[in-house]
Amino acid sequence: MVSIRVARSAPMARARAEAPPLRTLAAMRLGTAASAVSRSLGVGAGAVIGGRVALRVDPGLLARLAAGRRVALVSGTNGKTTTAHMLAAALRTRGPVAHNATGANMPDGVAAALMAQPAAPDAVLEVDELHLGAVVDAVRPDVVVLLNFTRDQLDRGSEVRAVAARATAALARHPGTLVVANADDPLLVAALDGVPVCWVAAGADWLADAGAWRGCAGGAGPCPVWRVSDGGVEGPAGKTPLRLQLPGPFNFGNAALALAAADALGVPPGVAAGALAGLDCIAGRYAVVRRGAHVLHLLLAKNPAGWAGLLPVLAPASSLLLVVNARVADGRDTSWLWDVPFERLPDRPAVASGERAADLGLRLSYAGRAHRTEPDPLRALDHLPPGDVHVVANYTAFAGLIRRLTAEGAP
Amino acid sequence: VSGESAVRIAALLPDVLGTYSDGGNVTVLAQRLRWRGIPVEVHTITADRPPPTDCDLYVLGGGEDDAQLFATEWLRRHRPLCATLQDRATTLVVCAGLQVLGRWMQDSTGHRYPGAEVLDLTTEPGRRRAVGEVVSRCTLAGAGTLTGFENHRGVTRLGPGLAPLGRVLRGVGNGSGDRGDGVLTPSVVGTYLHGPVLARNPALADAVLARATGRALAPLELPDQAAVRAERLARTPTRHRPGRRVIGVLRRSTRPA
Repeated sequence: MVSIRVARSAPMARARAEAPPLRTLAAMRLGTAASAVSRSLGVGAGAVIGGRVALRVDPGLLARLAAGRRVALVSGTNGKTTTAHMLAAALRTRGPVAHNATGANMPDGVAAALMAQPAAPDAVLEVDELHLGAVVDAVRPDVVVLLNFTRDQLDRGSEVRAVAARATAALARHPGTLVVANADDPLLVAALDGVPVCWVAAGADWLADAGAWRGCAGGAGPCPVWRVSDGGVEGPAGKTPLRLQLPGPFNFGNAALALAAADALGVPPGVAAGALAGLDCIAGRYAVVRRGAHVLHLLLAKNPAGWAGLLPVLAPASSLLLVVNARVADGRDTSWLWDVPFERLPDRPAVASGERAADLGLRLSYAGRAHRTEPDPLRALDHLPPGDVHVVANYTAFAGLIRRLTAEGAP
Repeated sequence: VSGESAVRIAALLPDVLGTYSDGGNVTVLAQRLRWRGIPVEVHTITADRPPPTDCDLYVLGGGEDDAQLFATEWLRRHRPLCATLQDRATTLVVCAGLQVLGRWMQDSTGHRYPGAEVLDLTTEPGRRRAVGEVVSRCTLAGAGTLTGFENHRGVTRLGPGLAPLGRVLRGVGNGSGDRGDGVLTPSVVGTYLHGPVLARNPALADAVLARATGRALAPLELPDQAAVRAERLARTPTRHRPGRRVIGVLRRSTRPA
């Protein structure tokens, strides 16, 4: 099997041709200033507002910020933040990496990450799947890692097949970009038909959106160059043993994709695997936090596929705190809770919490799971016995919980 | 409960029209029977299985455009099933599931596809996608006010003999100008509401079950149910009486600090 490596010449050649135009300098100054103001006012981490201001001043900013760097984008429905952290850790073994580590994955967050590390030769950028096309066109990446496409926030993102088609259409315009993609996601395989891909057998926890009724599963699937194998990842050069602190079989799949992308960018799998072994917390996910009598294991799941992947991780849980919001960033429709197989949730003391605690509680009742209902997640802990609590929250619920725990000084 | 024959529920094409989580309606129907000690069988009819025609209740949900066309052709291939849906069983259809039972559907290019022709209704694309919370007043006895979440671009027009399931107080529904949502016939209960609709509206679930089983059902109280409804129904704008809204605004603006 041929090892796929990115040809380094093309993007580097268009680099550093000239000093940045005045507009770009002004954009970066204003963006940085906006970030500082936002931080000092305690509004947020400041990344997004800085990027937004800078992009408004100079719409061509992303392209200019990316020029001359080795850029990898990570996109898909689930696993973006974790896989981007893995790839960034691997590339950091050879130097600084620009990376939107907090998961701010819209174009403004991407711009902010590049502005924050103007001299980093490598960039690893997590990109929201609805914005992938625009970001690919702007930054002309060396590598795009595609994880999976499943139903998520249908009120915002429209239908998953259309999302996949839009995201992958841009790739056809950039033949110099290497696509590293999950061979076990039939929807991804169909969407990438005709695009040269470095396929990775990374597994799939959710096939309900694959559309087996379309009959497209009949043909021979892609031949993966990389695959998850017992206790490691197999690539063109053989097997790399891998020890992860991050739980769940799906994280081995994420690691296989990260190793393949790192290899394409010139970091050998053995080196990358060493860097991945050091990861124990990804933007708050998988963190273990002591709070009073409880030890909280923080996990994020925001759609049925994510939940399906997480259920095995919950098997050893002694009690459960489940937190669901339905803000714009979560999807305002809570219907998705009914696609989560809560009937397979381990039967433990549990509290349904979050702004949509009642919706979650109702779903748990129909799944035959006894629970308490308390919208405030920290007050909800009072209903759980001392000891380990596995906490599963969706997007804004997770962010809110981290903010409150940080404010308490718990982590 | 020995000797009592089970209520048979068919989940039709969950693999094709399962995108909007309407499969939850089957969970709700089955559990509400089980909790009352009534035996129930759930038959999951995926596209590769011949559909039974002897079930008491059929449930069809929402899905993507190409899935909808596939479902239509599948239904047209199974005429005996269509006859059952038309007048022999109780059928709950949601969103795309409602559209495919009609006479035809038109796509965005203007092409018309024949539907399963179970109901005298037609669907064409609207100008904008209707996305958001819906509140409607249900015309089915005992079902009361419905809450749900719509996400579609269909404008559904009912034939002269048909009435909608509800009158929309908030949201779009059928979008055909008469504030109707869905359809109600002696055998078919149709709506644009996800949520799933029966999880949000237990009275509708029991009304559907009463139709399918011919039995009066004992009341059933669930924790969280009242909160789920109250959160959606609390601030329903009274669209039919704009005067009230003005009074509401005045009242808010004059409220003492």
